[in-house]
Amino acid sequence: MPFTPPSVDDVLAALASRFGDVESSVFRGQTRVVVPAAVAFDVLAWLKESGFDLLVDVTCVDYLDYPGATHRYGLVYLLTATGTNQRLTVRVFVDDPDPTVKSVVSLWRGADWLEREVWDLFGIRFTGHPDLRRLVMPEEFTAHPLRKDYPLQGRGERHNFPVITRDHS
Amino acid sequence: MAMMPSGSGGRIELPENVVVSRLDALANWCRKNSLWPMPFATACCGIELMATGASKHDLARFGAEVFRFSPRQCDLMIVAGRVVMKMLPVLQRIWQQMHEPKWCISMGACASTGGVFDTYAVVQGIDRFIPVDMYVPGCPPRPEQLIQAIIDLQDKIQREGTITGREFDTAGRQLRKRALVELPILTADASRNPVLQRELAAAADAVAARD
Amino acid sequence: MSIATFDTTGPQANARSEDYLWTLNFGPQHPATHTTLRLVLKLEGERVVDAMPEMGYLHSGFEKIGEHLTFNQYVTVTDRMNYISPMANNVAWHHAVETLLGIELTPRCTYIRTIIAELARISDHLLCNGAVGLDTGAFTFFLYGFYQREVIYDIFETLCGARFTNSYTRVGGVSQDFTPLVIEKIRTFLKTFPKTLDDMERLLTRNRIFVDRTKGVGVLSKDEAMSGSATGPVARASGITRDLRKDEPYLAYADLDFQVCCASAGDCYARYLVRMQEMRESLKIVAQALENLPAGPVNVGIDQRTALPSKQQVYSTIEGTISHFELSMSNRGFEVPNEESYAAIEAPNGELGFYVVGDGSEAAYRARCRPPSVLHFALFPQLIRGHTLSDVVAVLGSLNIIAAELDR
Repeated sequence: MPFTPPSVDDVLAALASRFGDVESSVFRGQTRVVVPAAVAFDVLAWLKESGFDLLVDVTCVDYLDYPGATHRYGLVYLLTATGTNQRLTVRVFVDDPDPTVKSVVSLWRGADWLEREVWDLFGIRFTGHPDLRRLVMPEEFTAHPLRKDYPLQGRGERHNFPVITRDHS
Repeated sequence: MAMMPSGSGGRIELPENVVVSRLDALANWCRKNSLWPMPFATACCGIELMATGASKHDLARFGAEVFRFSPRQCDLMIVAGRVVMKMLPVLQRIWQQMHEPKWCISMGACASTGGVFDTYAVVQGIDRFIPVDMYVPGCPPRPEQLIQAIIDLQDKIQREGTITGREFDTAGRQLRKRALVELPILTADASRNPVLQRELAAAADAVAARD
Repeated sequence: MSIATFDTTGPQANARSEDYLWTLNFGPQHPATHTTLRLVLKLEGERVVDAMPEMGYLHSGFEKIGEHLTFNQYVTVTDRMNYISPMANNVAWHHAVETLLGIELTPRCTYIRTIIAELARISDHLLCNGAVGLDTGAFTFFLYGFYQREVIYDIFETLCGARFTNSYTRVGGVSQDFTPLVIEKIRTFLKTFPKTLDDMERLLTRNRIFVDRTKGVGVLSKDEAMSGSATGPVARASGITRDLRKDEPYLAYADLDFQVCCASAGDCYARYLVRMQEMRESLKIVAQALENLPAGPVNVGIDQRTALPSKQQVYSTIEGTISHFELSMSNRGFEVPNEESYAAIEAPNGELGFYVVGDGSEAAYRARCRPPSVLHFALFPQLIRGHTLSDVVAVLGSLNIIAAELDR
């Protein structure tokens, strides 16, 4: 008995009626919704029940140098409804200091490592995450490299290793 | 010291290095023709390394028959691919686990100098931290280039090798590799160009001092 | 020696069951780890009780580089992500960029990109299955696969000069058009490859040893795959019938006739079979696309000011000269909206998408790669629990985890 999820417009209308006015826009055929950080988890849980069962990606954009930006970090959740092949982008804005959002690991297990990576590279904390530690950088690394104020070539961490010469090896 | 009896009752002393150098040449010939590579394949060059070992460009023809993955059983470490900060201690430990005589080929642009990845995480050349004998340029180098590098390494072993491994005692001769001075990226964007920032700051100071 | 029957409950028991567990560090340097990833295994004899995967041993800052290179420069870096099918990454990156810019490709370009994406898929599956064969002991299978990959490399080299890090696509088109020699080589490949594929199948598909090593090993159920965001052959082998080429057709896939390969078992053997069958479907796609290759220009027109015009146009028309000037000077270029968008393709490994944020300049403000390998590697602990140490390599190989895509 195939369950047909509602269309994206119906979803947006239901979202607006349930969670208040959410800002939505369409660009190149993709629907984006901006959701405040406080209700982000509830919105995503509700979207999952409404048929958006596949979490495609969790990522973040640092808007420090962006023309016309109002907040610093924009978390992006890309969702897909496999039943109707619809996509939805949910954006959550958080700010310095101490950017924090509730983790969606309880909804989708795939978010586990994706959130760890956002923590590692941007420094956004996810409350409720079972194991929030660095994923791609070494444990001893202290900075969050993908932030715009961190230089591309790093701050010398990559040179900080002992040299092994021929006669020592 | 080799001695030979002679008819006149005394002994002729051959110079010490006559027999030894022939043994050196023999040892070098044996070692160069049975270089067992230890593939330290990290990235795309690793695929070309596998292609070099596969059937079209067969590396086994040159004696590198066995790609042993245990450092205790190899004598040639081929670092194929970029080495990042997290991986470098592993590389160093594996290099130290290999027994002498051992050689290292740095395959590809990323292992030799950091390649396209002048970023916070990639080591800008493994020769900053371990001794390298042969560099293979390319991104990735063609299998033929890697085979040429192995042939050149074989020539180097034949020329310079010794049976006792004296050539590895480099404490007296080794120069420190290049200085660890980073060249700044020069872009027109002041936020990413430290040289420009210094100049702007100096100009601002000069203006402030004037007022 | 069996240690599974230790007594921890008797009156003399002074050993806890955890005392018998030992930790084995698998990687990051190990013949079977597909380049640099690390597993810390907790073993009870030979049985794996738990596995903790660790990655980041190849993290090179790809996403940060994406903020400094222009769109056409960054395609060289995308090659180095999933380096066993680089053409697919190029197609994915430019698909995302062209979605952001709103560019519509010429029909010839869509067919050419389809053909090379499918050849990259064949190349990827040959290596993935070859590596599974190699890790389980079938060296001849690996060599057969590698020889065919050399034939594909030869086609790519004739096309654009590079064996595998091609950087072939450009914004609005591709860098070189197909020549008759390339088409002839692809036709030869299409004729000779099915026989090799049959040989390879005859080696392993009904081989008792291989089947015993892979059947029932590393079972991924459909719910776990959906919750873990698995895509591509890993998900299709577990029963999720999602393939972006059919569900959200891009390039020329809407015009071509092929089937989506799925299985329901979800074990390593199912993933192996799905990949073998996908290679056959790819052959069909390439054959159809090659026969129906439309004539016409391969890059978008010069009035769109995104693709470099041909030299003849530059020297003989004013539009060509202006276009060339606009695109080559560093402070001019094409217009990029201050917007963000996401576009994905069905890469051989799964859904490979790029989330590109534009800020008006020719370099992306943020170029995020959605890597299928990360999600598949995160599934690894639940697949391996309860299996033996020798199954670790079979499962790891079947998930096709490419370290560069994993770490970026």
